[in-house]
Amino acid sequence: MSEKVLMCGNEALGEAAILAGVDGYFGYPITPQNEATAYMARRMPEEGRVFVQSESELAAINMVMGAAATGARAMTSSSSPGISLMQEGISYLAGLELPCVIVNIMRGGPGLGSIAPAQGDYFQATRGGGHGDYRCIVLAPASVQELVDLMQLAFDLADQYRITVMVLGDGILGQMMEPVELRKLPRRDLPEKTWAITGARGRPQNILRSLLMTDNQLELHNKHLQEKYAGICKSETRVEQFDVDDADVICVAYGIAARVVKSAVIVARDEGIRAGWIRPITLWPFPTDAIGMAAEHKGREFLVVEMSCGQMLEDVRLAVNGKAPVRFYGRAGGAVPTVEEVLEQIRKIAPVIVD
Amino acid sequence: MQTVFSRTPTLKDCTTHYCPGCGHGLAHRLVAEVIDELDIRSRTLGIAPVGCAVYAYDYIDVDMIEVPHGRAPAVATGMKRMRPNNIIFTYQGDGDLASIGAAEILHAANRGEKITVIFVNNAVYGMTGGQMAPTTLLDQVTATTPRGRSQQNDGFPLRICELLTVLPGTAYIERCSLHDPKHIRQVKKAIRRAFEHQVEDKPGLTLVELLSPCPTYWRKSPKEAMAWIANEMTKVFPLQCFKEPEKS
Repeated sequence: MSEKVLMCGNEALGEAAILAGVDGYFGYPITPQNEATAYMARRMPEEGRVFVQSESELAAINMVMGAAATGARAMTSSSSPGISLMQEGISYLAGLELPCVIVNIMRGGPGLGSIAPAQGDYFQATRGGGHGDYRCIVLAPASVQELVDLMQLAFDLADQYRITVMVLGDGILGQMMEPVELRKLPRRDLPEKTWAITGARGRPQNILRSLLMTDNQLELHNKHLQEKYAGICKSETRVEQFDVDDADVICVAYGIAARVVKSAVIVARDEGIRAGWIRPITLWPFPTDAIGMAAEHKGREFLVVEMSCGQMLEDVRLAVNGKAPVRFYGRAGGAVPTVEEVLEQIRKIAPVIVD
Repeated sequence: MQTVFSRTPTLKDCTTHYCPGCGHGLAHRLVAEVIDELDIRSRTLGIAPVGCAVYAYDYIDVDMIEVPHGRAPAVATGMKRMRPNNIIFTYQGDGDLASIGAAEILHAANRGEKITVIFVNNAVYGMTGGQMAPTTLLDQVTATTPRGRSQQNDGFPLRICELLTVLPGTAYIERCSLHDPKHIRQVKKAIRRAFEHQVEDKPGLTLVELLSPCPTYWRKSPKEAMAWIANEMTKVFPLQCFKEPEKS
């Protein structure tokens, strides 16, 4: 079962969803994630499962809502402008506590922007995105293999916590082909969906609602959500670290930007610069503790690299909490930082150590 | 003593939040009666709209979900595709279905989703305080048409049944009215026919439009409101069966 196949991210995420037992896919075409929709259009009926091309992203997220309400595993995928349209539905999903998986293969913005890869939707993804006081779990794979693995985790997290899980990639991850092992990961032990609306046979009526107007119900519901989110922060934060222990400069990046940063750090080490990197895998919950602990080391500096004008930068600064300087290098609007550009930034910060 | 009438079990034994003379109570009862007559309570899933009927689940005792404004047909699509053996209905007002949700109903109808839509047309937005609806009549005074709906500024009353009838994805489309007992009996027949079509798993979307009184925002007594439906609304929204499945 360890056979590797060459797949682009958009197709691989679809196959991973099928491995995870997705029952329904609902989506609307948008570049650069179109391969995902086309792949699911072909594969879902083959598996005897449901594929619907919706009339809009608004409809897609509401179809996901309907499917999820019945207890099914449901997903959609889109790219930045489409995800903006879904925000109404995502807020309702949070209020209703319905599990689902949403893939955002980010492109340049704002507005129609471009179809080139970008990371400009970090704020939207990690702050909830729609109206009201809520969060989505946000997973940020940096390779097609990790995309395949995190897609499966996403469905488990969604069901375990009754929450929207967003898999946040970018146009490179979606389009890029990499060798990937389509391994089926063991499913978590998950709670039964007793809340699902399936027909009130032999039990009282189930009601899924987010309008809570009386007796302080809405504040209590918000408190319940916050407790749930606190539990997720405690148990589900994921981060990868590389050469951090002795580093004078620590780069922080996620997704494809982290791949560029990793290459730059390796070259920097070869040049005698003590560089390391931290890669958040969950963007919410953010690995605040890991970055905060790294900032305790005296004399260190941080370099945040993003394909945006500086969004995750704010979370890194909150985590570092003034204990170390935090610098930023970003490319925006569909531009991708090069290894040489990142290396130049690292060289500016860190002294070359001559043993 | 002989019982000649009793509350149907799927209609909960409680008071509603509806205004005196509102049509929603009647519409809820008729839907609940049909569900009980067809014995489908335990497999029916309902979708409550945004609007006055948002609390429909407090009155109709089936599994229900409350969804974003206008999106009920999309939610119903997700539900029906996952659970084709369940009976799925949406209950939507005119603002919900004909304005903000116009795209969702049009495309659910065009896909021929096997769902039943109960469309309550009272020519006004009730919950938000009596603003113009897409179905507001010309010259009708509302909170946002203080000089009456003007065709130049506000366009025309939107006729949903006529619009959906041309779509091959719809199977049964009828407009009825709640303004007197005779017409209420016709409403009951139409709702039953729509649900039966779905129970028999026949293709196509079924929709019943109900002209329904809103005395509060029509600034009329309940009795005047009923007369206004008969005398004014039915001129713009003629009562008829626009489309029916061919008898097999």
